[in-house]
Amino acid sequence: MVEGKKFINKFNYAFIDESTKKEIRRKLLKAICIPGYQVPYSSPEMPIARGWGTGGLHVTLAIIGKNDIFKIIDQGSDASVNACNLRDFVQSTTDCETTFETQKATIIQTRHRITEEVLHENQIMVFQVPQPEPLRGVERYERKTRQMHAEANYAKMWVSLYESYVKYGDIMRGAGYPVKVNQRYIMSPSPIPRWDIPNLNHAKCLYLFGAGREKRLYAVPPFTNVEPLEFEDVKFKIEDFNGIACDLSGEKVAFLDELYHAGGSTSHVVNDSDFLDKLIHEKRPYQWSNKYLQEKIQEKEGEFTPKKDVINGK
Amino acid sequence: MENRNWLLKVEGLTKIYGEPGKNTLHHTGPLYHTNQCPETGAIVACADINFTLYPGEVLGIVGESGSGKSTVVKLLYFDFEATSGNAWLNEYNHGKTNLLNESNQRKRYLRHHKMGMVYQNPRDGLNFEFSSGGNIAEKLLMAGNFHVGNIRKRASGLLTATEVPVARMDDTPLSFSGGMQQRVQISKAIANNPPLLFLDEVTTGLDVSVQAKVLDMIRRLQQELNIAMIVVSHDLSVIRMLTDRTIVMKDGRIVEKGLTDQILQDPQNTYTQLLVSSLL
Amino acid sequence: MTFALKIKNLSKSFVMHILNDKKINALFDLNFEINKCEIVGLTGKSGSGKSTLIKCIYRTYLTTSGQIIYNSEKFGEIDLVTADDNEVLTLRRSEITYCSQFLKVIPRVSAVDVVGESLVVRGSSWEFARERSREYLSQLGLAEELWDAYPSTFSGGEQQRINVARAIIAKPNFLLIDEPTASLDQKTKDVVIDMIVQLKQEGTSVLCISHDQYTIEKMTDRVIELKEGKIVSVPII
Repeated sequence: MVEGKKFINKFNYAFIDESTKKEIRRKLLKAICIPGYQVPYSSPEMPIARGWGTGGLHVTLAIIGKNDIFKIIDQGSDASVNACNLRDFVQSTTDCETTFETQKATIIQTRHRITEEVLHENQIMVFQVPQPEPLRGVERYERKTRQMHAEANYAKMWVSLYESYVKYGDIMRGAGYPVKVNQRYIMSPSPIPRWDIPNLNHAKCLYLFGAGREKRLYAVPPFTNVEPLEFEDVKFKIEDFNGIACDLSGEKVAFLDELYHAGGSTSHVVNDSDFLDKLIHEKRPYQWSNKYLQEKIQEKEGEFTPKKDVINGK
Repeated sequence: MENRNWLLKVEGLTKIYGEPGKNTLHHTGPLYHTNQCPETGAIVACADINFTLYPGEVLGIVGESGSGKSTVVKLLYFDFEATSGNAWLNEYNHGKTNLLNESNQRKRYLRHHKMGMVYQNPRDGLNFEFSSGGNIAEKLLMAGNFHVGNIRKRASGLLTATEVPVARMDDTPLSFSGGMQQRVQISKAIANNPPLLFLDEVTTGLDVSVQAKVLDMIRRLQQELNIAMIVVSHDLSVIRMLTDRTIVMKDGRIVEKGLTDQILQDPQNTYTQLLVSSLL
Repeated sequence: MTFALKIKNLSKSFVMHILNDKKINALFDLNFEINKCEIVGLTGKSGSGKSTLIKCIYRTYLTTSGQIIYNSEKFGEIDLVTADDNEVLTLRRSEITYCSQFLKVIPRVSAVDVVGESLVVRGSSWEFARERSREYLSQLGLAEELWDAYPSTFSGGEQQRINVARAIIAKPNFLLIDEPTASLDQKTKDVVIDMIVQLKQEGTSVLCISHDQYTIEKMTDRVIELKEGKIVSVPII
């Protein structure tokens, strides 16, 4: 107890009181020790409603220090209302430096995207997770899903993938494609597009996931095996934009947003705002490298020959 | 003669619901015409069940409802946890491990690789949210078959063998007739060629003509695959048609066991005599 | 000469618990032997215990006291009274066949399959079994259009032919047969008798119940007569 101090400053450093932060850190350590396992935690009250990014905020505030540089994106954008407000909140309670630049940040909180730019050893990505339970779609009782995880009983999950293949000719999962972590737990990667899924595998950075409403934390430590669920003859695929290029940058190998204009016309732009800015104003940054992206690049090379340095960021 | 290859050995299998007292097992059973303990109110669903099953053999369990016959197969299929007892499967760890003490994960392995179960109510054995093909796929996936093309080939083969139109493979069993649901359940149960199949009142509740067809099919599959079966039924004609040996149960205990034709023609126990005389 | 079956002090009684434990004594202290490759006839009035004896040997009835020593290929000398169920089933599948007086078969199985089944349980393929089955049915003079029909709808004589074919086709080591020639015409009777004698020459021992003097004389090596559950005479023919 520090006499009176709490009331003079109105709140503790990084808003959450120290013992609760300690609890969250302990749970995060457990989550890192058991990759993909969902650890229940306290999910304390925040000045925003649960389900609006509180899980991510809990994680960020529990691990942030004065020397950290903070970046937050909402579906790839630094500038959305949700991102702006949370950034202001973190900044005002921690006095941390904030940034839009992916490479500069030490902690990147995100909603539904992984940055287009590759992340490194000194970086932590914090996901806001609406539904941490990948099995919820096939089993509505928590008691049962927990048992299913404990016993690695993923029969229903696999059957549902089989069923969606039979019904639609493909495993139709847009966002939040289920992955198996470290050959053990099936994990929901939060609703990131399939495009981002391969970047969870053997990454240099640490991925932390916080689901505030559902009160669960989980993690993918650096260099951990993360595989999308797939059949021997029906493989996981990332999104295909059929050669469509970004209207602003001309970029083809990046995750694109489709914009609808008054009058019914559409256009496409790169979803990651920092990546887009750099494409337009600076050099092309280093992108993640994975076999799916490699295939896309090779396909494009068949059509036209891009300058190698554009792809590789040189 | 002990070196004959047994398949399943069951010893002292017991299931008690509620709080058993000192005398619970002594004051229940056919002699007392009850399976409820007069002191503690505990229910003895089955107690002291012993038998050995040999490969390719068909064993019947017959008895009135509440006699504990379904409990026996459900305990062996791990649907319920046994209160006490041992069960060994020759094909599992050379028959040295008591299945009933295994972890849930190991039990599920056994269910997917070594056993099949067909329930009276298709809802217990099938997931109606999935297609019939998906239900069969579940067993195949859990046995490590992750090739959709092969899964579908095997599923259509099984549905053909059980006389379900393959065109309906991708429909949910919800839209099927009772007889067809039972056939899908049987396809699922035998998907991984288990050496042991449990049939729990499979034809109860079906029309007589459908019943006959399902029984014919079970008999044919039994002969073709030489699969060992435990057939639970209250219906002596089902028992007569399908089984080689029969166990008669009453109030949770075995009252008589023997060759099926002997049980039917020369029953020794009072209850069995009553049962058989009710049939004829 | 080696024995096939040795019966010692066999008694059988039925206790009907549902009729106030009423006791019916069926067989009293029977002793006899059947040698290998021997056909023994079993005669006596109805109710004398002939079928009971055969069912005791086959274990359809549980013997009350005594021993039934069977000289089996698989287990050596084995007491059929105390052998466990699985041993009896094994012997039934491979060595001992019982042919009852009336055909009792699974409904909705065709005549060819009913007969062929005995070979299939001994490990033959269905293809081979059906072929052999047709041969036997044709020798026994069953009309060809009946081969694929269900025997439950057949006449007594037709059913009897299937019954006999089913027992003989498997070439068992030991055959228990109940009235094989009843309700058959003279010609078929001779065919059946020839078939059973042929079996004997191939090594089968037979215990055969018959009332028919012709069959007894032509087929059996000796006769055991039962009267009220006791053996009255063991004449040698």
